[in-house]
Amino acid sequence: MKRWGVLIGFLVVAGLLTTGIYMAGKDPGFTRAIPSPLIGKPAPEFALPDLLDAGKTVRPSDYKGQVWLLNVWGSWCPECWKEHPYLDVLHREHGVTIVGLNWRDERADALNMLNKSGNPYTAIAVDPHSAAAVDWGVYGAPETFVVDKQGIIQRKYTGAVTPDIWEHELEPLLKQLAEAP
Amino acid sequence: MRAVWMIPLLLAGGMVLAGEVRHFDTPDQERIYKELTAELRCTVCQNQNIADSNAELAADLRNKTFKLVREGKSKAEIKDFMVQRYGNFVLYNPPVTSGTLLLWIGPFLFLLFGGWLLLRLIKRRRAAQADVTVDDAQLRRAAALLRGKEDSDA
Repeated sequence: MKRWGVLIGFLVVAGLLTTGIYMAGKDPGFTRAIPSPLIGKPAPEFALPDLLDAGKTVRPSDYKGQVWLLNVWGSWCPECWKEHPYLDVLHREHGVTIVGLNWRDERADALNMLNKSGNPYTAIAVDPHSAAAVDWGVYGAPETFVVDKQGIIQRKYTGAVTPDIWEHELEPLLKQLAEAP
Repeated sequence: MRAVWMIPLLLAGGMVLAGEVRHFDTPDQERIYKELTAELRCTVCQNQNIADSNAELAADLRNKTFKLVREGKSKAEIKDFMVQRYGNFVLYNPPVTSGTLLLWIGPFLFLLFGGWLLLRLIKRRRAAQADVTVDDAQLRRAAALLRGKEDSDA
């Protein structure tokens, strides 16, 4: 009888740990990917200057009526360097509208990075003091939000967008949203 | 005694080191700010509140908290603001919902389970003790052992 109690206790703990390991293995971002409460909510509005043209103002509401991505990036973020060339491919070959949120960055460094690895962005909002980042519940960079035609956030992806993520998660969603009214 | 004049300087130095000197309109605002920064989690840290963390995100959240406090927002309103953006994870005391129920009652379940194991163990020991029978010869030997004369009696 005593052995059974110990065995059951062991199985409970082992089961919990195995589930944790399994979930972490399935999704590399598991430990950090806390579901955003903003999913299904309107994209928080901001009005920030454009990195390439300080006279212009970038506003999420300007993109109502189209499906677009908000990509949080900074030249200080190695994962952003990794995903940047691929974002460029998405923009050029798939015609995806990507709005950049240049977060906590130095203007010169940001421009330098765009010169090196291309500019995938339709517009780039400059947010050195996290004015918009806190409103969007940003944890780190890169983060990519999918916003639908009504201006509702449909998905948040934490980490670099890779071909695998695009094909399996983002492209199907964007297609579906593009067909919706 | 000559060094007394240095005390205010030392205190000021501490404040500058902390990096953030906040000026509030009312003592109430300062209290709310202190309570909130102690209760809000630095979401990118390992178990630190935003008051204790040097992470940039913690600084952002402190700034935002400060701004909202100065705007006259209540504690509940500011908590709501943070939860709407960062989720319940930002609170050190998450509300009891279906998603956090296990988090709240989990420790008590473990306590119950441990108590149950302990009770069983004690009962088992008692039962085992009751089974022990001692005859007179053994008792005499035990008494001799206690007196330290095992060899002579045995």
